[in-house]
Amino acid sequence: MIATLRDPKLRPMISACITLGLAVGVFSISFGVAAVSAGASVFQACAMSLLVFTGASQFSAVSVIAGGGSIGSALGGALMLAARNGVFGLANSRRLTGRLPTRLLAAQLTIDESTAMCAAQQDPVAQRAAFWITGVSVYIFWNLGTLIGALAGSAINPKTFGLDAAIPSAFVAMLWPQLQTVRGRIAALLGAGICLVTLAILPIGLPVLAASLAILIGVPKSDIDQTETVATVADSGHP
Amino acid sequence: MTWTLVFALAGGAYAFKVLGLVVVGDRTLPAALERCLVLIPAALLAAIIVKDTFSIGQHLVVDARVAGVGAAALAAWRRAPVIAVIVIGASVTALLRLA
Repeated sequence: MIATLRDPKLRPMISACITLGLAVGVFSISFGVAAVSAGASVFQACAMSLLVFTGASQFSAVSVIAGGGSIGSALGGALMLAARNGVFGLANSRRLTGRLPTRLLAAQLTIDESTAMCAAQQDPVAQRAAFWITGVSVYIFWNLGTLIGALAGSAINPKTFGLDAAIPSAFVAMLWPQLQTVRGRIAALLGAGICLVTLAILPIGLPVLAASLAILIGVPKSDIDQTETVATVADSGHP
Repeated sequence: MTWTLVFALAGGAYAFKVLGLVVVGDRTLPAALERCLVLIPAALLAAIIVKDTFSIGQHLVVDARVAGVGAAALAAWRRAPVIAVIVIGASVTALLRLA
């Protein structure tokens, strides 16, 4: 792993992982503030970030409690947002091999960012490195930010720096390699379409989950993609 | 806020995460299913991008983020490194909000 990290070819990827961690970390300052103002102790706010480590779920749970909602409704909404990590874990199970303790640890770091960064890499070594570096980087900054926000009680508004656009921008960059095959392009278009159509209708969290139906286009066999993938790989100069 | 919520949410969130990685693990799956799983990042990333760019809660909104993410897409298409794509997306959005 250490030798992998020294590989100069991976340096741009590593700095991207750390930048992403920083951008996400700024949001966790807001989370710390929101949690404490919803009545959580500093300790509870930090425990939530350490143990739950699913940004959207944490924000949703805290805002339901702040609005006077019950624990049950806070939990229900938050779990709907957490469900997509089940789908991501499934995708990662194809790329992250290892012993059970490694997998149990990888599970905790399974979030949008680590999955996306992993999938954007070409070879298995870079995929695993990207998953772990992004996961650890976001984990550190997310928990640090939560502590700062919970203690200081005031946050930088992420919108001032356009950080609310930083995360979808990062995902655009990571989506790109997925669009090299015809099926990847169709799946992306369908996924985006399903999400857009259901956004205003389905409860928060479900539109993204519903978008996973787009992967069903993978069921029929196809020869087009195989030849195309081979051509792309040869093109990029990767082994 | 109670500890019950913290632990219940932690358990539930981890259960989702662990499902694929540990329960399915590195078992060989039917070829048709493997072909589907490969498409997860494409489908879900596209959906998350749409949600993060065009919505606030359950409302469709067009604001500075659309221009920022659009600029980021252009940069990604021009093969800019990921770090540059992130910075471009954020700064275009921030600058538009200043204007």
